[in-house]
Amino acid sequence: MDDARTRMDEPNPLSATVDRHGSPYLAHHFDDLEQQFESARLGTWAFLATEVMFFGGMFLAYTVYRGAYPEAFAEASHHLDWRLGALNTIVLLTSSLTMALAVWAGQTGRRRPLIIFLAITMLLGLVFLGVKSVEYTEKYLEGHMPLLGLPFAWEGEHAGQAALFFDLYFVMTGFHALHMIIGIGIIAVLIGLAWRGRFNAHYFTPIEMTGLYWHFVDIVWVFLYPLLYLIGGIALGE
Amino acid sequence: MGPYEQRIPREQSSHHDPMVHHIIPVRTYLLVFGVLFVLFILTVVVAFFDLGLLNFVVAISIAAAKAVLIILYFMHVRYSSRMTWVFAGAAFVWLALMLGMTMADYISRSWLPIYR
Repeated sequence: MDDARTRMDEPNPLSATVDRHGSPYLAHHFDDLEQQFESARLGTWAFLATEVMFFGGMFLAYTVYRGAYPEAFAEASHHLDWRLGALNTIVLLTSSLTMALAVWAGQTGRRRPLIIFLAITMLLGLVFLGVKSVEYTEKYLEGHMPLLGLPFAWEGEHAGQAALFFDLYFVMTGFHALHMIIGIGIIAVLIGLAWRGRFNAHYFTPIEMTGLYWHFVDIVWVFLYPLLYLIGGIALGE
Repeated sequence: MGPYEQRIPREQSSHHDPMVHHIIPVRTYLLVFGVLFVLFILTVVVAFFDLGLLNFVVAISIAAAKAVLIILYFMHVRYSSRMTWVFAGAAFVWLALMLGMTMADYISRSWLPIYR
């Protein structure tokens, strides 16, 4: 009985809620669609606040150690390819635009554009991960991946401090990439739901909330790029 | 007119409650994207100059400006309820507290003779 009431796609004819408000998309414990939408948005922002804290701890560790070892961090940063980072920044910014347009298509009930924009967003996410894996492979081959007991080959001074930079690089970009992978999975589900016509101008909550998540992941990269790739004058590293 | 009839036009017109279903036009999204792109170019260009400590300050300032644009427009916070502002703002207030107080400690430690 509970099952039948919580399923969004099939309004329960016995439910007073459906009769009272006339929307099959309204869960029984909300007054109207607007209250339902607002609750979803606040819940998503509460989740994003925990995400800000999660990444915030890593940014704090980064700031403390960069303040302590500025030369080693600048030197280690020059071993990252700022061009690949720039490419990924463009890819991710563009994916944020297409995600915003997907939400717009959802709000206005345009099914085909919705599917197309979601697919482009997903594709750009995959391009980002592809570039990232090229970078990771490069770092592994150079011996600049001081993780899991791998050897760290460092020619310059401050090997330990440089290893710390790469530790932070891999942990921060790794968790960021994990968020991308999860986001791509959610978008894949959304495409399937949109394909089956589950969304319209009255009900697009999952698209909007996935958009919030995707844009948040973009914001994390907006900070990661200059902090990891662009330290101390990139021209000096060429 | 029963409650059912009252509800339908309200749900159909997305503009009825601007706080909940404000639809940002595509032109605005493209404009915001353009500004974000210019700020990205600026980040890279600035990195070619060695400004010392200012590099960090400028990079963070540009990134913060980009984040604010994304939050206000792409994430619709500008057109969201005051409660959403509180939820979104709280995250960054706590972040600022954590970063601010911790760095105040690390920076000021060497000022005291006992730690020298």
